[in-house]
Amino acid sequence: MAELRPQALCVENLHKRFGTQEVLKGVSATARKGDVIAIIGSSGSGKSTFLRCINLLEMPDSGRITVNGEEIGLKPARGGHLQPKSWRQVERIRGGLGMVFQSFNLWAHMTVLENIIEAPVHVLGLSRREAIDKAEALLNKVGLYDKRDAYPAFLSGGQQQRAAIARALCIDPAVMLFDEPTSALDPELVGEVLKVIRGLAEEGRTMLLVTHEMRFARDVSSHVLFLHQGRVEEEGPPHQIFDAPVSARCREFTATLSR
Amino acid sequence: MSFSWIDAYWPLLLTGAWQTVSLLVISVFFGFLIAIGLAFAQVSGGPLTRALAQGYCTFFRGTPLLIQLWLLYYGVGSLLPMIPGIRQSLFWPILREGFFFAAVSFTLNYAAYEAEVLRGALLAVPKGELEAGRAFGMSPWRLTRRIWLPRAIRIALPTIGGEIVMQLKATPLAFTVTVMDLYAVATKVRQDTLLVYEPLIVVTVFYLVITALIAGTFRLVERQIPMRR
Repeated sequence: MAELRPQALCVENLHKRFGTQEVLKGVSATARKGDVIAIIGSSGSGKSTFLRCINLLEMPDSGRITVNGEEIGLKPARGGHLQPKSWRQVERIRGGLGMVFQSFNLWAHMTVLENIIEAPVHVLGLSRREAIDKAEALLNKVGLYDKRDAYPAFLSGGQQQRAAIARALCIDPAVMLFDEPTSALDPELVGEVLKVIRGLAEEGRTMLLVTHEMRFARDVSSHVLFLHQGRVEEEGPPHQIFDAPVSARCREFTATLSR
Repeated sequence: MSFSWIDAYWPLLLTGAWQTVSLLVISVFFGFLIAIGLAFAQVSGGPLTRALAQGYCTFFRGTPLLIQLWLLYYGVGSLLPMIPGIRQSLFWPILREGFFFAAVSFTLNYAAYEAEVLRGALLAVPKGELEAGRAFGMSPWRLTRRIWLPRAIRIALPTIGGEIVMQLKATPLAFTVTVMDLYAVATKVRQDTLLVYEPLIVVTVFYLVITALIAGTFRLVERQIPMRR
């Protein structure tokens, strides 16, 4: 049945090297609409790089990326990696991918509300009024309505990350990309952010989630990718990855982290 | 001490203050615009533009402002009238004045200093915030206009305030090319009345007041910036 849902994101055979270090050795992933794909693996396994290649914050060396049926046109550049045929297209596609960073990366010179309406107004061309209405609804959703006029420096890490999630949601993304959204948070603030992400998963948002929160990954994801040394070592539904992993490495990894 | 001359020279003092402030405002405004170009040329330009911008800043920061002013006034200033038709042009009344040369050389000099400040500030903007802009589909131009430059200016603001005060204190050099600025007024009073200290004290107060206004303005503006320090 799941196969009937349209593809939101398709990444094929992604390769990426930094200098002599090959970080991604042919990673593929497909997200259908409503999928929540958790990407797990130890540090240095390439999971963040994989995520950052999807919206071309890192340029892959080879591979194909298709978002909502539209393939990003890439051509070889000097230096061995790829470069976009058209930056216009990349900017348009990025406008449909809501990225949430490990370190929040809110724009410090704008209030929470201004942060959220920035891309809708200045990239997508929404009217200010429309964007504000939308932003306020999202702020309600992440529980930050009373902080809409505050500047990021005056928010806790958890509040900043929830604001960053609202910012990503406000562009109506086809796919949300979470790059270790709770790794920079104090332990007591992790819960409030996970709660918001869980809510989005339940709504049926399509998401790719790089995380170290194993229990959470198991709970919310529909599919898990276990990356090891730049390859997909094992993938499958969460109960397989966490309860009955086939690969020895995956078994080792989930055994140390899920209990 | 005698200050009875003030009554007679009051209008001249105000004119002098006006000239000083005009030089300051003109050079800071246009200098800042040039500095933005120079700073970006150094931070994100190609090898050639970077070398040119660096050369510009080294020259203007590495030589005395007085010499720059005189090179312009006595050098370029003596060449200008040779341009055919320039004496009949609309701009000749401005171009022949010392004020014009002072304004230009102060602008070029201020631009060099401000470019260095801005360059540092541009590099100090957190990479993650720029990355977020890119990730949300901003074009390089939009990213620069909406995130990079405004962030950098806020970072640079305290330094910019200081630079403007320095620039104010450089303005008396305009006196050497016949501009009737505050310092020139003090000299004129001395020549007329043979009083040395009193006019200097009065213009000193003027400079202090202008400095206080600049500092106060920047304090107000900086307070609008919501950064935790």
